[in-house]
Amino acid sequence: MSSGQVIKRAKYKTTVKDPGTPGVIKLTGEKFVFRPNDPTSHNKLEVDFRLIKSHKNTKEGSNKPPWLNLTHSQGSYIFELESFSDLHVCRDLVGVALSKHGEAAKVISEEQLSPAEMTLRIKLLQEDSKLQKLHKELVASGKLTESEFWATKKKLLDRDESRKLKQRIGYKNSLIFDTKPTSDGRINQVKFQLTPEIKYQIFALKPAVHQAFLKFVPSKMSEVDFWNKYFKAEYLHSTKNAVAAAAEAAEDEDLAVFLKDDEILEVESRKKVRRVDPTLDMEADEGDDYTHLPDHGLFRDGSKEISGAQNTLYQRTLLQDLNRQGAVVLEGKTLDMEMEPPRTVAEALARRKQGESDGAVEEERRNRISKMTQIEDLQAQNDHHFAPLCIKDPREYFDSQQANAVKTLNDSQGGSVKIRCSLSSEEAYGCLRASISNIKAIGLRDPLFSHEVAVKVLNGLTKNISSTKYHLGKNSQDSVLDILPNATKEKLLDHWVSSQELLRHFWSSYPITTQNLASKTKRLKDAMSQVYSKLEEIKISAQSDLRHQVSLVVHPMQQALDAALLHYEADIKKRNAKGPKPNGYV
Amino acid sequence: MPSAPSKLYADDVSLLVVTLDTNPFFWSTFSVSFSDFLSQVLAFLNSILLLSQLNQLVVIATGCNSCGYVYDSASSKNHAPPTASMPALYSNLLHNLEQFVARDQKLSKPDHDTQGIVPASLLSGALSMALCYIQRAFRSGSMHPQPRILCLQGSADGPEQYVAIMNAIFSAQRSTVPIDSCYIGSNNSAFLQQASYITGGIYYKPPQLDGLFQYLSTVFATDLHSRAFLRLPKSLGVDFRASCFCHKQTIDMGYVCSVCLSIFCERHDKCSTCGSVFGQAKQDVTSANSKKRKA
Repeated sequence: MSSGQVIKRAKYKTTVKDPGTPGVIKLTGEKFVFRPNDPTSHNKLEVDFRLIKSHKNTKEGSNKPPWLNLTHSQGSYIFELESFSDLHVCRDLVGVALSKHGEAAKVISEEQLSPAEMTLRIKLLQEDSKLQKLHKELVASGKLTESEFWATKKKLLDRDESRKLKQRIGYKNSLIFDTKPTSDGRINQVKFQLTPEIKYQIFALKPAVHQAFLKFVPSKMSEVDFWNKYFKAEYLHSTKNAVAAAAEAAEDEDLAVFLKDDEILEVESRKKVRRVDPTLDMEADEGDDYTHLPDHGLFRDGSKEISGAQNTLYQRTLLQDLNRQGAVVLEGKTLDMEMEPPRTVAEALARRKQGESDGAVEEERRNRISKMTQIEDLQAQNDHHFAPLCIKDPREYFDSQQANAVKTLNDSQGGSVKIRCSLSSEEAYGCLRASISNIKAIGLRDPLFSHEVAVKVLNGLTKNISSTKYHLGKNSQDSVLDILPNATKEKLLDHWVSSQELLRHFWSSYPITTQNLASKTKRLKDAMSQVYSKLEEIKISAQSDLRHQVSLVVHPMQQALDAALLHYEADIKKRNAKGPKPNGYV
Repeated sequence: MPSAPSKLYADDVSLLVVTLDTNPFFWSTFSVSFSDFLSQVLAFLNSILLLSQLNQLVVIATGCNSCGYVYDSASSKNHAPPTASMPALYSNLLHNLEQFVARDQKLSKPDHDTQGIVPASLLSGALSMALCYIQRAFRSGSMHPQPRILCLQGSADGPEQYVAIMNAIFSAQRSTVPIDSCYIGSNNSAFLQQASYITGGIYYKPPQLDGLFQYLSTVFATDLHSRAFLRLPKSLGVDFRASCFCHKQTIDMGYVCSVCLSIFCERHDKCSTCGSVFGQAKQDVTSANSKKRKA
């Protein structure tokens, strides 16, 4: 079925309601052809699967007829087949054909890069000669493909991308609060100029107004009424008469919304105060104004008017306004404000606000507290007499893990079988007691051990200690490299870089889930064994007095490659083994 | 060095607690006889006491059914009289050791015979006893020698003791008592490697057992103060593998409780240690993601 073609009777419909043109549909791996029964009909079709984006079909058991729907960029082709079994056959074929084309398309798109991307890569290579060398060695020799190489260098590409951020237009740094009324001077009326930008800015500055707008405007009052109310409130503020404002607010509850302190702002400023260094004792948890502290108040009007406690509600301070204005300007605007109706402006703003989650802020605050409250005097001393459980020296750790890995490999092959004890406990204990009484009777052996053994032990210990010194001395690594002739050193460093790159690619392609990865690992394995043999060459070609040092340097590299090669072999063996394959394995 | 230097006699006076593997099943299968091993160890113990008048020595026998103190140089109950052939230390120790072996045998369960597998020695018990003794030394009197523990171990690790041994190791770490280990068995002992690594002691596996005395006296006889000036063998690798809490098996990969860090070899719905209920993620997703590589 997947190999050949399928020919079925079907009706072609341009839309769902179309009664359909009866004909024959022929599906092959590459394309499908529809020939209507009536040779004069215009509904002939011959479409490549490359142009098809997706396919859908009706379910068996639903009350719809068996339809196969192939979506292309402009619309879709609908075929009504004669039965559901026909439909399934067609669907399977289409699925196979589409997935084939989809994969091919993806591969093509990977290789086709935008010129911007290309220049970026070239620039990166030019800037970094080491990268260029690596690129030349790995990509030019076909060990890695271009896209594979850059896949691990995404960070470099991204970093460059972020540099290109454009500057956005911000708010005008003028105080919106003072939207000056214009008066023609003849009648007792003032006019306010309102642009969408100003509205947006008002919303940003005064969340309470924003909320009120969302709440009242279409339902309770018209937009004009709303702004009238708003500016009336503003006007009352500008008259600097808190008592009058309070009186007005008592009369009109809608107006009160504008006159009262902005609750949302208060909540926000409380949040802001919480972000302050927690070890700092801030008494100013009531807002970012300091007016509640005596003598620090700076009233907007500057007059020493003393008002009743309930009237303070209707006072606003210049300081608050300035702070708010500064905050909003710094926050910047992220919305494009074409000539949108204010309603949409308001909604867009609301959406944006929702995006900023409180959770992150709270989390950050907690982190800061934990960082800040760590007072050095109260910490335990850091000079532990024991080795803390952490990886201090990755190299040492790797060596040790390597030893374990090799050991477990050996263990699993045969050493894991527990030693059988043929003796019964009776006999075993008897044996033990016999040895004790033996010593008791004879005493210690007179020469505890021969002098040959003593020399052997001494030599063994000395060798062990001196070799561990080489292994563990952190600086010995550099000094060894410095001893080596320059050419060898360069070669070693090059091999190190390329083997690291290869290993990174190698390990990141496990588990092998696609054929692509399988071939990639094969390529990498070949490349790695090349590096391995080259390392071996370096080791052999080194001068005799340096050979030990060179092998010390080469050893960990070869160990790392060994581990990878071993893994490759084991994996191949596992995948070639018969029996049910685990999920995802090819 | 560590812990209140004013309470120490001098920087080179030590309290050495030796745990001695007396697992009869191990010794009956091992290439070196127990009497050869013991004679080398006895010589070493004697030399420890000879190093300083104030040095103190405690020997704990690690059987496979029980543990017991077999020698304490500070005790007045060393009643076995010195014979012509050997000093009081030897005869006392051997006398107590014989008694201990007899006691240990009485405790043995009959089903060990049928299995035929070498059971593990009770290293966790021996370590706990050693730490208890050291704690008593810390608390009694105004002065005490500087303590350290030396494990002479031959039989393989018992993974079922993992939690107990790790607890002992961490409490030794807390009281800054280094655990030295001389392992004479065939493979390396992961427990002792970890014990020495964590507590800052020395792990050494002598390759040549007929020269054991020399290894002991070169590597393990040095007091903690002198170690600062000596280059002692450092183990290259530490086996950090853990045992799972459910089946007590040594594992490479496993599941770790996110609350109490208990280790399991298979997925559980609930942590058996702390009772946390684990979320029900998709089975194959968890097996890929939450299988952490241990060590």
